[in-house]
Amino acid sequence: MKASRGFKVFRGIALAVVVLSLVAPLVWMVAASFKTNVDIYDSSKALVFTPTLDNYSTVIQQANYVQFIGNSLWVAFAATALSLLLGVPAAYSMSRFNMKKSALVVLMARIIPGVSLLVPWYYVFSNLRMVGGFSVLILSHMFVSLPLIVYIMMGYFDGLPEELEEAALVDGLTPIGAFRRITLPLSVPGIATAGILSFIFSWNNFMFALVLSGASTKTLPVAIFDFVGYASIDWGGLMAATTVVTLPIMLIALLVQKYVVSGLTAGATKG
Amino acid sequence: MPDTPGWARWANDHRKWLFAAPAMAFVAALIIFPLAWTMYLSLTDSSGSVRAESEFIGFRNYIDVLTDTDRFWPAVARTGAFTGVALLVEVVLGMAIALLLWRPFRGEKWVRVAILLPLVATPVAVGMMWRLIFDPNIGLANQALGWIGIGPQPWLAGQHTALPTTIFIDIWQWTPMVVLILLAGLTSLSDEPQEAAMIDGASAWQRFRHVTLPLLMPTVIVAVLLRGIDALKTFDILYATKGRGGGSFNEVETLNVYAYGLSFDYNEYGLSSTVLILFFLLIIALMWVLTARKKKEAGR
Repeated sequence: MKASRGFKVFRGIALAVVVLSLVAPLVWMVAASFKTNVDIYDSSKALVFTPTLDNYSTVIQQANYVQFIGNSLWVAFAATALSLLLGVPAAYSMSRFNMKKSALVVLMARIIPGVSLLVPWYYVFSNLRMVGGFSVLILSHMFVSLPLIVYIMMGYFDGLPEELEEAALVDGLTPIGAFRRITLPLSVPGIATAGILSFIFSWNNFMFALVLSGASTKTLPVAIFDFVGYASIDWGGLMAATTVVTLPIMLIALLVQKYVVSGLTAGATKG
Repeated sequence: MPDTPGWARWANDHRKWLFAAPAMAFVAALIIFPLAWTMYLSLTDSSGSVRAESEFIGFRNYIDVLTDTDRFWPAVARTGAFTGVALLVEVVLGMAIALLLWRPFRGEKWVRVAILLPLVATPVAVGMMWRLIFDPNIGLANQALGWIGIGPQPWLAGQHTALPTTIFIDIWQWTPMVVLILLAGLTSLSDEPQEAAMIDGASAWQRFRHVTLPLLMPTVIVAVLLRGIDALKTFDILYATKGRGGGSFNEVETLNVYAYGLSFDYNEYGLSSTVLILFFLLIIALMWVLTARKKKEAGR
């Protein structure tokens, strides 16, 4: 189908507006992180200013961000790895044996408001003296990762032909052996997709960490609030903090764009 | 399998549950028990400390909450307004952008990059970013209005403008999600019905209205479901922009923010659990309506 010239011009202008409205605020945030607070308050310095690294040195030295970056990385990695370990075999079983009801139990987790789980969790884990420790944080993040991984992997296994496994059985492999040597290697792209998405969602998770993390186990989204005081906000420091949290995850997502998009849209086009 | 040991044979025979059980047990332990507990708490006057003794009071919390025109019903209204407006704009805008991106063209790569960015950005950070842009005194938003001769607006600081501003932030961050889902739906459509309509001389709008849209409807409903569930539960953006209790006049206090505040700011666990059970029932009801629609659409 040929697009007319008029349509092409309209499309170009419309999409330019879309791109600008999506990217400009982010550029503004990054720019503000390189400004002194005086320059942030001065509208004549909106685009022309002398960049400074002061905000970043505040973030790294005073606000102890290196530790929070480590916390965020550790929680996201651990939650993702454990969820893959539990979720991939479960998704395989649910896909091959068509376990619709069991799958629903796992997907329930997507629907339930997190607050309704936080109160009982908080009760149990504070009685066990575990609140503020990494294990509880990782558990709560798995609660987001696991359903996501099961959902993505079920779709992936549904699309893998069963003939390959059947052929392996004929060659004398046990069913579990066939899963390990044939199916798993074939699922690497799916596992990568599920793992990347789980990592992103865990990195961005705020509410669970807000309640369950302690001073030394704080993750980055919670640490951002250190720059918001009751009376005043250190805007420069705040924008440096938000840049430190957001920029790495955006860059990672761009590097593996294909996987992120296929994970986000998994199952959307099936009936 | 004569050469496999007994345990391995057992594992193979029971692999269906062996594979599925650990994940299901994990989710069940973290959901079913807390959910049952929340139901129980909603029937007690639990408050003060999670370890304190509490009394069983039957449905008194439910009566209290459902007759509370001060905080509960306004929170329901805000949740409805937030979700309804955000969803409507996100689906219409998302559809328009997806249609523009449907056919390949030069430079589409850059548009796809731009669309991905807000989606993966940390919501709390996004909230803070807009907090600076919408700051009434030093924000870019009021400066930009100044250039075109419009007076400054209070944005997030105003009692009546705060909720619309948070809706705007939600639209900025999540319209791309709708674009991606609808784009996946569009690219999976076959070209034949389109071409047939072209030959019949249908205009672009007629082709969209009578060919593309009906075929895409199941995907639209998926997008509405996914976005709807998340929009109802919005927390991060509201907390980042307005702090506890949804602002000093509770101007952005939705059901989720209200329940969180009841539990973790006021330690009213009984009331909080009641609000959450009602909230949960509302989500289930809405989902049920939508999935019924989807089945009807698919069955046509």
